[in-house]
Amino acid sequence: MHINRVERIWMTFGIVALVLFLGVLATAAISEGIIPPSHIQTIDPAKVAQTPPFDNPGVRKVGDKEYEVYVVARYPAFRPPLISVPAGANVTFFVTSPDVVHGFFITNTDVNMMVVPGWVSSATHVFRTPGEHLLLCNEYCGREHHYMYGTIEVQ
Amino acid sequence: MALAQVERENRLPLAYVYTATGALVVGAIFGLLQSYSRAKAFVAPGWFDYYRMLTAHGVLMAIVFTTFFICGLSLFMVYRAVPRERSLRLGWSGFFVMLFGTLMATWAILSGNASVLYTFYAPLKAHPAFYIGATLLVVATWFVLAEILENVVYFRRTQPGMKLPLVVHGAACTFIMWTIATIGVAIEMLFYLIPWSLNWVPTVDVMMTRMLFWYFGHPLVYFWIMGAYLIWYNVVPVFYGGKVFSDGLTRLAFLLLLILSTPVGLHHEFMEPGIAAGWKWVHTMTTYGVVIPSIMTAFAIFASFEMSARAKGQPGFIGVIRSLPWSNPAFCGPALAMVLFIFGGAGGIVNASYSIDTLVHNTMWIVGHFHVTVGGPVALTFVGAAYWLVPALTGRKLWAPKLALAQTWAWFIGMLVMSTAMHWAGILGSPRRTDDVSYAGVAAAHAWMPEMIMAAVGGTILFLSILMFATVAIGTRFSAQPNDQPVAFAEPEPEAMPTPPAFDRLSAWAGAALVLAVLAYIGPVHELIAMHPYGAPGLRTW
Ligand code: HEM
Ligand SMILES: [Cu+2]
Ligand SMILES: [Cu+2]
Repeated sequence: MHINRVERIWMTFGIVALVLFLGVLATAAISEGIIPPSHIQTIDPAKVAQTPPFDNPGVRKVGDKEYEVYVVARYPAFRPPLISVPAGANVTFFVTSPDVVHGFFITNTDVNMMVVPGWVSSATHVFRTPGEHLLLCNEYCGREHHYMYGTIEVQ
Repeated sequence: MALAQVERENRLPLAYVYTATGALVVGAIFGLLQSYSRAKAFVAPGWFDYYRMLTAHGVLMAIVFTTFFICGLSLFMVYRAVPRERSLRLGWSGFFVMLFGTLMATWAILSGNASVLYTFYAPLKAHPAFYIGATLLVVATWFVLAEILENVVYFRRTQPGMKLPLVVHGAACTFIMWTIATIGVAIEMLFYLIPWSLNWVPTVDVMMTRMLFWYFGHPLVYFWIMGAYLIWYNVVPVFYGGKVFSDGLTRLAFLLLLILSTPVGLHHEFMEPGIAAGWKWVHTMTTYGVVIPSIMTAFAIFASFEMSARAKGQPGFIGVIRSLPWSNPAFCGPALAMVLFIFGGAGGIVNASYSIDTLVHNTMWIVGHFHVTVGGPVALTFVGAAYWLVPALTGRKLWAPKLALAQTWAWFIGMLVMSTAMHWAGILGSPRRTDDVSYAGVAAAHAWMPEMIMAAVGGTILFLSILMFATVAIGTRFSAQPNDQPVAFAEPEPEAMPTPPAFDRLSAWAGAALVLAVLAYIGPVHELIAMHPYGAPGLRTW
C-alpha cells in the first residue's frame, strides 16, 4: 500500500499534536496533581443517616485554613442546603447519596462530580474571593431534579 | 439479476429507513418542546413532564433513528455489492424483533413508566418492559451482523482471492465493532437490570451497571460515525464523479475504528468515585487514539475532492469548492455535515482532556457537543444521503429537490445556532438534563437565560428542517417519475501498490478488538468487584 507524501506529513502532524496533548495532561497530573475526582470509599446507602460523619452533615474545621464539608445528596435536596466557608482555605467536600445518582456541581468552579449511592465522592477547592456560588445537582435524579440546588457562601 | 429480486431486497432497507424517519420526526417534537421549556417559553403539563419527553427524545434520536438507519444503509450496501439470489428471512426477522423492542420500550416511556433517560442509570428503576424492549432492540441488530457475514462468506466462496468490496468491508467492520460493544449492554440488562426490575433480586450494583453502560455507550458514538463514514467514503464521491482516495487507507480507517472504539468508555466516568485515576488516564490515551482514523478520513475526503476538481481543470481551494455539486441535496447534506464535524471534532478533543472536562461535565456544553457531532455530522449525513437512498430503494425520482436542498441548509444553520448557544450556556455553568434552569432567579442563572432563548431559536429552525425532510421522504414514496440518480458506489483510485491482504482478515481484527476491550476493562472491573460495593434498592422518583 502506497501512502501519499502529503498524507504522511498530515498524519505525522496529527499524531504529534495528539502526543503533545497527552503530554500536557500527564505533566498536569504529575506536577500539579490535576487529576479527576477519583475517591475510592464505599458506604452502605441504606445507613447513610447513621454513618458518621454523614449523620451530621456540615462544615468542619480540621486545621489552619483546612476545612472538610460533608454533604448528603438526597432527592430532591442537598443537606445542608447552605454551606459557608472562608475564602482562601483548602475546602474538601465529601458527598454521598442514600437513594439515586446525583451530581454535585458548584458553578464557575471545577468542583463537578457524580454522587453514586454506595460511594463517597470527594473534591478539594480553594475559593479565592468572597461571594456566593450556586451549587446544583447536574445529574437527572427524578421529577424534581431542577429543584435540587443549594448555596455556597464564601466569606 | 432479476429486477423482481432487487425490488424484493430493497424493501427491507426501505422499512429500516422509514422507521428511522418516523423516530426522527417524533423525537424532533420532543426536542423542540425541551428547548422551549428550558427557555421558559413552555411549561410541560403535569401528565407529560419534561423528563418523559427527554427520555423519549434521547432514545428515539440516539438509539432508534441512528440504529435503524445504519442497519438499512449497511444491508443496502451489502445487497448491492454482492448480487445473488438470497433469502431475506434472517433480515426481516431482525427487523421485526427490533421494531417490537422499540415499540415496547417506547410504550414504557410514553406511558410514564420509564422516565430514566436514554442512559437508564440505576438505581432509577423503570418498568421491566423498558429494559426488555431496549434489549430486544439492541440484540436484534446481531441479525444484521449475521446477514452481513453470511454475504462475506458467500463472496469469498464464489470469488476466491478477490478483495471484499469496499462497502462490504466497511459495513462488516461497523457491525463487528457494534456487536462487541453491545455485549456490554446485553450483560448489563440480562444480569443486572432485568432481574432487578422484575424484583427477582433486591438490589443492583450501581457502579458496575454504569461501567457496563459506558463500555457500550462510547462505541455507540463510533457506530454512528462509522455509518456516516460509509457514506462519506463510498457514496459522496459518486455525486461529483470522483473516486475513493485510497482503497487501502479506507480499509485501514475502518479497521482502526473497529479495534479502538471500545477500550475508551471510562472517559465518560471521569467525574466518578470508585474508579482509580490511572484507569481514567489509560482510557484518555486510547480516546486520543481513535482520533487518528478521523484525521485520515478528513484527509481522504479533501484529497478526493481535489483530485476530481483537478481532473475537471479547477485546481486550488476555490476551484475545489466551485467544482462540487452544491445544488444536489444528497451531496449538500453530507458536505455541510462534514463542515459541522470540524466543530464537533475540536470540541471532542477538549472534552477528552479530563482537566477541562471538569469544567463542562454534565453542563449544556455536552449537549451542544453531541448535537454538533451526532445531531450534525451524523444525522445530517443520513438525512442528506436519504435523498439518494430513498430514490435508489423505491426506484422513484426525488420529489421536490429544491425543498430538500433548502432543508439541508436549514439544518446546518439551525444546528450551528442551537449548538453554539448550548456550548456557551455550558461554559456559564448551565446544567444539562434540567427542565427549569432559572434556579429561582439567582445571578448565575441569569447569565445563561439568553443562551437558552438562542438555543430555542436554533431548535425551531431545526424542527422545521426535520418536517421538510419528512415531507420530501413521503413525497418521494408517491413520486411518479423513475429515479434518475446513479445507484452505485465510488470506485477506488487506481493504486501503485496493492492493499495488503491482511486488511481483509476480519476475524483476526475482530479478535484484536476483543483483546483490547478486555485489557482496557479487566483492571477497573476487577478492582470494582474487589471493593464489594453495596447494592442499591432502586426507586421511582418521577
Ligand atoms: C428538532 C431538533 C432538535 C432539538 C430542538 C433538540 C433539542 C434538544 C435539547 C434542548 C436537549 C437537551 C435537554 C436537556 O439536557 O435538558 C436535547 C438532548 C438530546 N438530543 Fe436533541 N434536539 C434535536 C435533534 C436531535 C437529533 C437529530 C439528535 C440525534 C440524532 C439528538 C440527540 C439528543 C440526545 C442524545 C440528547 C440527550 C438526552 C439526554 O441527556 O438524556 N437531538 N436535544
Ligand atoms: Cu438531580
Ligand atoms: Cu464518549
